[in-house]
Formats: sequence, C-alpha cells, structure tokens
Amino acid sequence: MADATTRSLPSAAATQWLMSMPPAARFVLHGDAAARAAAAPVWGTAFAEQACRAEIGNGRAALWLGPDEYLLLSADIESEAALAASLEQALGDLPHALVNISHRQFALEIRGPHAATILSGACPLDLDLAEFPIGMCTRTALAKADIVLWRTAAEVFHLEVWRSFSGYVTGLLNEIALEFHRV
Amino acid sequence: MLIIDCPYCGKRPEIEFSYGGQAHLARPQQPAQLDDQAWAEFLYMRTNIKGVYAERWRHARGCGRFFNALRDTTTDHFLAFYKTGEPRPTLPAQHERTT
Ligand SMILES: [Zn+2]
Repeated sequence: MADATTRSLPSAAATQWLMSMPPAARFVLHGDAAARAAAAPVWGTAFAEQACRAEIGNGRAALWLGPDEYLLLSADIESEAALAASLEQALGDLPHALVNISHRQFALEIRGPHAATILSGACPLDLDLAEFPIGMCTRTALAKADIVLWRTAAEVFHLEVWRSFSGYVTGLLNEIALEFHRV
Repeated sequence: MLIIDCPYCGKRPEIEFSYGGQAHLARPQQPAQLDDQAWAEFLYMRTNIKGVYAERWRHARGCGRFFNALRDTTTDHFLAFYKTGEPRPTLPAQHERTT
C-alpha cells in the first residue's frame, strides 16, 4: 500500500470543467453470478447484469467492465484495507479474483455543456445522450490512453486514468478545450 | 473505420479492437507428441481464403474479451459476430462461397 506521499494527486489544473477527484478505494472483481451475489451485500450496490452499466449507492459504485468483470469504487480511501478484507471474507471459497488497484489510477471529472464535445475530440465513441446514457460506463480509448469513461449525469463524465497518463490526458483535454475558450 | 459489433458491448469503433487471426483452430492436446511438420502446421499454416473468413477479434480497449466474426475478405463486410465457443453461424446461401 502506498504511503501518503505517493498517494497525492497527479497534478491537474483545477478548472470549472475539469477536476481531479479525491483519492478513492478501487478494486477489480472477476467473478460469476454466485460470486457477485456474495459480494453485493457487503459492497452495498447491485452488480449490473446489463453490459456497460454502473450501479451506485452509499458513496460506492460498481461498474461493469466486461462479462464477470467489475470496477468497484469507494470514496472512502481510509477503509481500503477493511473493504478488501470484508469482500474477501464474503467471497470465501467461491472462484473469484479481487485486486486492489486504488493507487494504480486516479479520477478526473469533466462537466459542463461542452463536456461531451471535448471528450469527442479524442474518444471514438458516440457520446450523444441517446447512445451513451446516464449510468453507462465502459473501457475505451482517449487518443493513446486507455480510460474508463462513466457518464454520471447528462453533462458530467467520470474518467478513470492510469496515473502515468495523467499529464498526457489532462494536457490533451486542455488543448481540445482551447477551442471553447474555457481554459 | 469499421464498426464491429462486440457480442458483449454492442457496436463499437474498430480502433478499440485487436485482430486475433483465424478462428476455430484447435490446439493439439499433446503438442509434445507431434513431429515438427505437424506442429508447424498448427502454428503457422492458415487458410487465407478469398471469401467468408471466420476470424478472432478481441475487444482490447473495451470489455477485453475474445469473440469470433465472419468477414468477407473480398468486400471487408462483416456478416456475423458470435461468442467464443459458439458454433460458426450459417449464412444465407449467397454468402457461403469459400473460394
Ligand atoms: Zn466488448
């Protein structure tokens, strides 16, 4: 587990439309329906059966990443170890893989009327509200970086970015946003 | 850019996928018992047909899963997408030329 110095946020200029989110506890859970049924009461959210959908509740989220693969997010970084232990206890001998990735990536939030347009400058998905509705989440590409993109509101997107890509991703988004004179 | 219909995620841009070569190749159960010729056949020899080709794709920048597709190599049109482990789908007669 990283200490407080390496846990500090990657630098991203705070603006009204682009924000670096506070540290979070993050896990990737691989498991079939039985494993998810065991984990859900402990985690406190459902696990979406529909592809590319997130479930939220009590400051936590479970994002569908693939069949039998979920990204678990909790705003409470301090209970990282306790969360992992309680999930492991609930999962017991059921076949599963639970990996703590809290410090591998960080989160950005892009908001505002230009949020989808700015993302479209580097992301190949159709981000129209009808095609990418609120609650949809997926791994995808942002230019040369792999990200997890999650629409939390009509004009708000949550991005999970691997730490070593923080400068690249924030720099790229700022450059795209120049077009809107919002930097 | 091609639109590829991932059996798990739906229609997504080609840039999210990586190509996995010919589908439905069965790895020999006991490779150590093969002679060099038979092992080389499995490793390297592909049909490379002109027509409908069953091939593997991986949604590498999406759900991460492998699946199979039928693609006409003369037109680059995809004709079917199906999950790994499912049998190759039968297509309408006009597509079933394989030479
Ligand atoms: Zn997929």
